[in-house]
Amino acid sequence: MQPLSNIESLLYFSPEILLVIFAAAVVLLDLVVKDGESSAVAHLSLAGCICVFAAVLITHFSFGDEGPISLFLGMVRLDVFSSFFKVLLLLATAATILFSLRSDELDARLKGEYYALLLAITLGMFLMASSTNLLMIFISLETVSLTSYILAGFLTHSPRSSEAAFKYITYGAVASGTMLFGLSLLFGMTGSGDLGQISVRLTEFLASGDITPLAVLIAITFILAGVGYKIASVPFHMWSPDVYEGAPIPITAFLSVASKSAGFALFIRFFYAGFGNAELMQAVDWTLMLAIVSALTMTVGNLAALPQQNVKRLLAYSSIAHGGYLLMGGVLLTSEGIGAILFYLVVYLFMNLGAFYVVVLIANEEGTEMIAGYRGLASRAPLVAWAMAIFLFSLTGIPPFAGFFGKWLLFAAVLEQGYYWLALVGLLNSVVSLYYYARIVKAMFLEDAGEETTQVSFSTGTFALLSVFVIPTILIGFLNIFYTFSNISVSVMPMQ
Amino acid sequence: MTLQHYLVISAILFTLGIFAVLTRRNAISILMGIELILNSCNLNFAAFSRFMTPPEDISGQIIAIFGIVLAAAEAAVFLAIILAIYREFGSIRPNEVDTLKG
Repeated sequence: MQPLSNIESLLYFSPEILLVIFAAAVVLLDLVVKDGESSAVAHLSLAGCICVFAAVLITHFSFGDEGPISLFLGMVRLDVFSSFFKVLLLLATAATILFSLRSDELDARLKGEYYALLLAITLGMFLMASSTNLLMIFISLETVSLTSYILAGFLTHSPRSSEAAFKYITYGAVASGTMLFGLSLLFGMTGSGDLGQISVRLTEFLASGDITPLAVLIAITFILAGVGYKIASVPFHMWSPDVYEGAPIPITAFLSVASKSAGFALFIRFFYAGFGNAELMQAVDWTLMLAIVSALTMTVGNLAALPQQNVKRLLAYSSIAHGGYLLMGGVLLTSEGIGAILFYLVVYLFMNLGAFYVVVLIANEEGTEMIAGYRGLASRAPLVAWAMAIFLFSLTGIPPFAGFFGKWLLFAAVLEQGYYWLALVGLLNSVVSLYYYARIVKAMFLEDAGEETTQVSFSTGTFALLSVFVIPTILIGFLNIFYTFSNISVSVMPMQ
Repeated sequence: MTLQHYLVISAILFTLGIFAVLTRRNAISILMGIELILNSCNLNFAAFSRFMTPPEDISGQIIAIFGIVLAAAEAAVFLAIILAIYREFGSIRPNEVDTLKG
């Protein structure tokens, strides 16, 4: 189908336009409301999320019969894949807004910009999931990065938070600069910015011997620096523990789930659509490189998590490890592998956001993020402790929780491709990860809190929000929806 | 001047940028290194656009212009963060900003 012109595209672009309108409205409303009544701003941005959600569904179902649509002269593509990620990212944004409302950490005076930035970062992630042009890919990546630097350093008067922002931007700027260099090489080799065109021309030029496979491999390696930094894969993971520890907890939760999902969306779109055709993969063999990166990422993440005492930092390393598991599904770029990644991202969203919500609650009540603060939680707040235990067991991959089914599908995809050693590394890593997750569970259930055994009571709203994460973590694995995810992945297939 | 000349210059710029980021002990110098990296990419895009695509196709030059804008945005955020660092730590030397470890 021909790409639509700029004016025609606007109709299909309504979710993104609505996000911009709501971000502006949040800033304006912030000028009107008095200090201390900032929850109005949060509620407006939440309403924004709901409107955008409706817009995503409407645009998705209104183009259902016509297949994927290319917008803005081929800059952005609207397909099932991008709609899937938009829904996923909106869920993460809405959850982050709710966490921020309930977190004592954030300064009430500054909340207007905070929510506007959250909506802006969501816009960037929407574009990351749908862009099909080198320029658009880079702009969306930078939109997300620049906004997340600011959000990570949002706690003024907190040295931790400023340090997190500083480390984040130093690593991030170098990684995205490296990626831009790789994109420029790719542009130079093919003379086009469009992913579909690049795929066609690379295949053609490699066959005729005009460019060597080595040149393509170098460009891919440079580009992987930028993508790898977004999904925190080794060796571009160094920023992530420090940033996750220093940033406000809701932002940490957001970065670990939404930023990673958007990174994977970009990764899949880029490598599946740009490099996914068989001839190209035969000429340029980068699958082994990806497999090694994946194995290293999970191993480094899990081993570094073992001695951690700070739960936020522990979850940061665990999230690096999960990036490694997710990469397993992308090694050979089969539609089963991609489907497994998509399914695991959904599962990961619920269990990881849930775990971070418990961290927010404990930080509010106890004023600490250390494992010591979780001692005896089972007797003080049994429901919260049980919820946390479910999230942690699901993160480990213990049946019958959703994390088990997610991992199982990833392993199945890897085994099907014949990478037995990679599946073995993943399995060993899951065993290692049980140790550090179980440490938190042990503190909650088996250790005494000491002299203070006061009951901690939480509001009904807290439990309602908690159950939003617990119920899917338990049930998602039993719903027979995996098939749908494989179908979604087919919609990204090379666009020629 | 052929394409090779431009590519060699941009490769040198890129390497100098990475070198500055790795060795400098001052946040402002690191920022300058990052600017070098981004500008080497812009040079690449402009050169490829001039030599590799037909004259009426200016998409490479447009990417370079967007690259300049994004570099400016990045510099603005970076400088703001350096200010915040200076307020909290009284220094902009990265090796003194190290409360988060482990």
